Amino acid sequence: MGDNTLVLGHRVSEWCGHAPVLEEDIALANTALDLIGQTTLWLDLAGKVEDAGRDADRLAFHRDVWDFRNLLLVEQPNGDFGQTIMRQFLFDAWHLSQLTALMESSDAQIAAIAEKSSKEVTYHLERATDTVIGLGDGTEESHRRMQNALDLLWPYVGEMFVADAVDEAMVAAGIAPDPASLRAAYDTLVNDVFTVATLTRPESDFGHRGGKSGKRHSEHLGHMLTQMQWLQRAYPDATW
Amino acid sequence: MSSPEAKPYPGTQAVDHGKARADEWPLFEIFIRGQHGLSHRHVGSLHAADAEMAIKNARDVYTRRNEGVSIWVVEAAHIAASSPEEKGPLYEPANDKVYRHPTFFDIPDEVGAM
Repeated sequence: MGDNTLVLGHRVSEWCGHAPVLEEDIALANTALDLIGQTTLWLDLAGKVEDAGRDADRLAFHRDVWDFRNLLLVEQPNGDFGQTIMRQFLFDAWHLSQLTALMESSDAQIAAIAEKSSKEVTYHLERATDTVIGLGDGTEESHRRMQNALDLLWPYVGEMFVADAVDEAMVAAGIAPDPASLRAAYDTLVNDVFTVATLTRPESDFGHRGGKSGKRHSEHLGHMLTQMQWLQRAYPDATW
Repeated sequence: MSSPEAKPYPGTQAVDHGKARADEWPLFEIFIRGQHGLSHRHVGSLHAADAEMAIKNARDVYTRRNEGVSIWVVEAAHIAASSPEEKGPLYEPANDKVYRHPTFFDIPDEVGAM
């Protein structure tokens, strides 16, 4: 959870000062800040659970690509504005149902973080949904760009719903939901939005894997980390 | 603010310093209620494609620091305003009518601040 919000938060922050309109620039910066704030909560908790003396900063800035456990979707480059919004929508739709399920977690700290985050993510999803519809059912050009974004990013959706050994252990302990159990509601939500947005869902549900397991990230994550982690690499252990 | 779209939006208005860009979203005026019991106050303006989007933009632009519990938006073109040139007839007649201010009454202490 923390790596997803960290990587996507950084990606979205790349728009700061570059968004097509001022209002959208501020909205995207807010989203990025929400995600980075959630990252602090998740990675702090991860550091405590690990109990090896690593805090959130250490986990964020002192790990390399293969140690990251984020979905491949969130590390994909921003592309054009439509691609960024489509990535956000595809993630938010999953993120909110994941958080809603985590609010019932047997772990009280996880449930608390999920509850706090879910309010922010409810708004992210609302905003992303409106924008996907606005641009999908917009001009010829905006429609084309949104359809291209959907075709490009859809193969990264499947990974959200594939369980590995860690997921199974979490389900057994009542900590987290079975990823596959979230798929039906996800499909309903995105199908409805695509219909209103006049977008065509790709036929194949083939999904790239390897981000969540850390086995095979796309080439983009390493490039992103060189930017995100450069200060800690250039000035190790620098603090405020 | 300005959108990269090529078509004009309805309600886009010419402004004093020149014609508004035809590809600009309409201007909305934003009113925010700081806390329950207070009235909505004008806080600024922004551009949006429609009212719903204006509320979302206002949430992101004007309530980042916990400023509000309620947002009103209204398209600027729908606001009727008095003309600055009429300020003489509109406001000066009130200048010499001090008796309209309730300053001539003794207010009992129990009433408190009014």
